[in-house]
Amino acid sequence: MSKSINFPFPGLFRGMGLTLKTMVKRAPVTMYPEVQEVPVPRARGVISLDVDNCTVCMLCARECPDWCIYIEGHKEEKGETKPGARMRTKNLLDRFDIDYGLCMYCGICVEVCPFDALFWTPEYEYSEPRVADLLHNKEKLTEWLATVPENPALES
Amino acid sequence: MTSREMMHRSESAVSIELQTPDMTLNIGPQHPSTHGVLRLVAKVDGERIREVEPVIGYMHRGYEKLAEVRTYAQITALVNRIDWVSGFASEVPFILGVEKLMGVEAPERAQWIRLILSELARISSHLVFISSYPLELGATTPLMHSLREREYILELIEEVTGGRFHPNFNRVGGVKSAYGGGSTTKKQSMDLPAGFFKRTSEAMDRMDKICDDIDTLVTGNELIKMRTVGVGIIPPDKALEFGLSGPNLRASGVAYDLRKSDSYLTYDQVEFDVVSRPGGDCYDRYLVRLHEVRESVKIIRQAIDMIPSGPLQAKVPRVLKAPKGHVYSRAENPKGEFGYYIVSEGGKMPYRLKIRSTSFSNLTILPWILKGQLIPDLVAIMGSLDFVLGDVDR
Amino acid sequence: MSIFIEAAIRAVFVFGFLLVTVILLVWVERKFVSDLQNRVGPDRAGPWGILQTLADGMKSFFKESIRPTNVEVALFVAAPIIALMTALLIFMVVPIGAPVEINGTEYALVGADLNVGLLYVLALSSMAVYAIVFAGWASGSKYPLLGSVRASAQMISYEAAMGLSLVPVVLFAGSTSITTIVEQQQGTFLGVFPAWNIVLLPSFVIFLISGFAETNRAPFDLVEAEQEIVGGYHTEYSGFQFALFFLAEYIAVFNISALTAVLFLGGWSGPVFGPAWIAWVWPIGWFLLKTWAIVLFFVWVRASLPRMRYDHLMSFGWKKLIPVSLAWIILVAIAIGIRDFGLPWS
Repeated sequence: MSKSINFPFPGLFRGMGLTLKTMVKRAPVTMYPEVQEVPVPRARGVISLDVDNCTVCMLCARECPDWCIYIEGHKEEKGETKPGARMRTKNLLDRFDIDYGLCMYCGICVEVCPFDALFWTPEYEYSEPRVADLLHNKEKLTEWLATVPENPALES
Repeated sequence: MTSREMMHRSESAVSIELQTPDMTLNIGPQHPSTHGVLRLVAKVDGERIREVEPVIGYMHRGYEKLAEVRTYAQITALVNRIDWVSGFASEVPFILGVEKLMGVEAPERAQWIRLILSELARISSHLVFISSYPLELGATTPLMHSLREREYILELIEEVTGGRFHPNFNRVGGVKSAYGGGSTTKKQSMDLPAGFFKRTSEAMDRMDKICDDIDTLVTGNELIKMRTVGVGIIPPDKALEFGLSGPNLRASGVAYDLRKSDSYLTYDQVEFDVVSRPGGDCYDRYLVRLHEVRESVKIIRQAIDMIPSGPLQAKVPRVLKAPKGHVYSRAENPKGEFGYYIVSEGGKMPYRLKIRSTSFSNLTILPWILKGQLIPDLVAIMGSLDFVLGDVDR
Repeated sequence: MSIFIEAAIRAVFVFGFLLVTVILLVWVERKFVSDLQNRVGPDRAGPWGILQTLADGMKSFFKESIRPTNVEVALFVAAPIIALMTALLIFMVVPIGAPVEINGTEYALVGADLNVGLLYVLALSSMAVYAIVFAGWASGSKYPLLGSVRASAQMISYEAAMGLSLVPVVLFAGSTSITTIVEQQQGTFLGVFPAWNIVLLPSFVIFLISGFAETNRAPFDLVEAEQEIVGGYHTEYSGFQFALFFLAEYIAVFNISALTAVLFLGGWSGPVFGPAWIAWVWPIGWFLLKTWAIVLFFVWVRASLPRMRYDHLMSFGWKKLIPVSLAWIILVAIAIGIRDFGLPWS
C-alpha cells in the first residue's frame, strides 16, 4: 500500500464503485415491530422467578452488585411432624422486586441462587414510559417464567 | 517629527491594531467528535490551535472506589464497563490478576475460550474504530459497512456469554461454567453452544471480506490519504515518553505487543504477527488497526482448531478470599496495555484496585501533539488515537 | 394578459415547483444514500416514507426558534431569508422545457428569459455567501463564526472557478442568455452525438466541482462539518429558521443540477415523439431526467467520499481549478477564432 497520491484518483472511483455495488444488496435489517428478532437462548433479557423454589435465603439480594433486588419474607409454622419435635418453619416470600432501572444485567443473582428459583430469559420487550414501572414485582417476574428457553446443545 | 519616524510610528500602530487575540474554543464536552464527553479547552488563532488542554472527568464513575466495597465476582461485572467497546478484553487482565493472587490457574479450555473471546472483542473494538474514524473525516459509508459486520461478532459473543457488550463471563479459575448454582436445569454446563465454531469461521470469512471492502472504501481513498498521511506524527521516542501503548505505539514503529512480549492465556501457542508501521501518522494508526483485525482473524482460526476439550472451571473455594498481597496484571487490550493493580488485605474484597486504563494513558499525548495543528487535523488526530471516554474517566 | 400577471404566475409557478421538488429531493437523497449504505432509510411516514420530509418540515415549523442572547437580531433573522431568496431566484432563469404555444402566443417555459442570465446566476450565488456570513457572524458564537469564515473563503474562491468555467460556454453560444445556450445545443454532431456542451469537458468537470463547493456538499461540506465545527453557520439556528436554511441548501443543490443539465447536457433537448398535444411534455421530461441524474450523482458522491481539509480545498481551487480553466478558456477562444475567422495564415 503506497502512501503516494496518484493524480486521477483511482481510489475515489473504486470507492464510488463499491457504494454503487452495495446499492443492489438488500439491507440486512430486521424490520422490528413487524418482524421480531429472535435472541440467542443465553441472551440476558429479563430475569424470571419461580416463586415455589424461592426460600427467601437473600443470597441474590446480597450478591447483587448494585442491590436492585428487594426481598421480604416471613416464617410460617408448618406444624409438628412428630409430637414433641421442634416446630418446623417454612420461609414464605412476601415481596420479590427487581428494579430493572438499576439492574446491570450481570447475572450474578441467577448464578448464586442455590434453589433453581431465578432464570434468565431472552425476552426484551418490557420498556416503560415511566422509570418507576421498571420495578417488576413477584407476579410480573413469575409471568416471565413461561418464556425461559431450553438450554442450547453444546459444542462437543 | 521626520517622515521616517512618522512612518515607523504608523507601522507600529498598524501592527498593534492588527494583533488578533487568541480565541478560546471549548471543544466539548458536548461535541460530535469527542467520543462522548471529553472537553478540550483550545486556544485557537483562526483555525490554528495554539495550545490545548484536555479536561476529563465528565464521566467519572469511580470504579476504583466502587471496587473497594465489591467482592471479586461483583467487580468482574463492573470492569467490563470500563472500556465498553471491548468489554470482554477488560475483564481478562483483572481475572488473571485475581488468579495470580489466589494461586489458581484456569483449565486449558477456559484459557482458549478467553483467548477466542478476547480476539472477538478486539475485532469488534477495531471495527468500531474503522467505522468511526472515516466518519470523523466526513465519510459516512464505512460506518454502515463495518458496524453491520460488527453485529456478527457481537452475536457470537452473545451466543456464548449471554451479553453483547458486557459478557461478565470470566470467573476466578476459569469461565462461567454453569447457568447457576441450582440443582437440575441450571447445573447444566455453559460450554460453547453447538455450531459455534462453524459460525465463528463463517464470521471470520466475513471479516476478511469487510477488510477488503474497507481497503477499497477507505485505505485507497486519496481524500483520506490527504487528510491523514503525515498528519499528527508521533515519533517513537515521544510515544514511549508519553506512555502510549497498543496500536498507537506500534504505528510509531515500536513493535511492542504484550501478547508476544509478556504472553498470557495461550497466546504463545498461536502464530501471529505483531503489526507495526514506521510512520507514526494518523494513516499508519488506522492501518495498524485494520491489519490487526486480519491478525485476530488468523488467531481465531487457529484457536478453533487447537482448542482442547476439558473442564471450564478449576476448583476454587465457594467464598473467594484473596490472600494478603498485591499484584499487577496486564493484558494487551484492543486499545493497548490494560492493567490492574490489586492490593488485598485478605478479605473478600480488594483493599485497593488501581486501574491503568489504556485510553487515559494514550490521551496524555494530546496537548503535545495538538499544538500548532488545524482544527480539522485535531479531529483526525483525536480520532486516530481511538479512545473511549469511559476508559479515560473510569 | 398584463405582463405583471404573467410574471406573477411565473414566479408562483417556480416557487411551487421548487418546493415540491425539494420535498422530493430530500426524500430521494435519504432513500438513495441509505441504499448506497446498505440500510433502509425512512420508511414509516407514508408509502416508502415519502411523507417523511413533510413530517420533518411540520415538526420544525412548530418548534420554538431559539434566539441566543448574543445575536445581532436583524442579521440573524435576515440570514435564512437571504439564503432562501437567492436560492429561489436563481431558478427563475432556468428553462425547464421548450416554448409552448397557447392560443397562438408562444410562452417560454422559464421564469424570466434574461439576456444576462448567466451573470444573474453568478451574481445571485455570490449573494448566497452573505447569508452564510451573516448567519455565522450574527450568531455571536464561536463555531458559527469559524463556519462562516470557512464559507466565505470557500465560496468566493470557487465562485471564481465557476465563473471561469462558464466562459467557454458563453463563447460557444455567443450569448449569456440561458435559453439561447440551450437552443444552441439542439441538434446533433455528425448525425449521431447530441450537440451538447459536454464537448467542453474540462468546463463541465470544473463547473460540477465548483458546484459541489458552492452548495457546500460533500466532499466540500467543511462549512457545516459537524465533526469539526458542530453545525457550522447554522449551529445556533433552530426551528423554522433552520428549516429555511435547510430548504435553501437543497434548492441550491437542485439549482446547480439544473444549471449543469441546462448548460452542459443540452437542457430540454432530446428526441420528441407522439402527437402535438403530448409533444410538449417530452422536453420537460428530458430536462427533469438530466437534472435528477446530476442530483443522484451529488448524493452518490456524498455517500462515498470523505471531507477535504480546508487548506487542501483552497489550494485545489486556486492552484488547480483556476489555472486549468484559464488555459481552457484560451484554447476554446483560439478554437472559436479559427472556426469563425479561419486559420490566421489562410
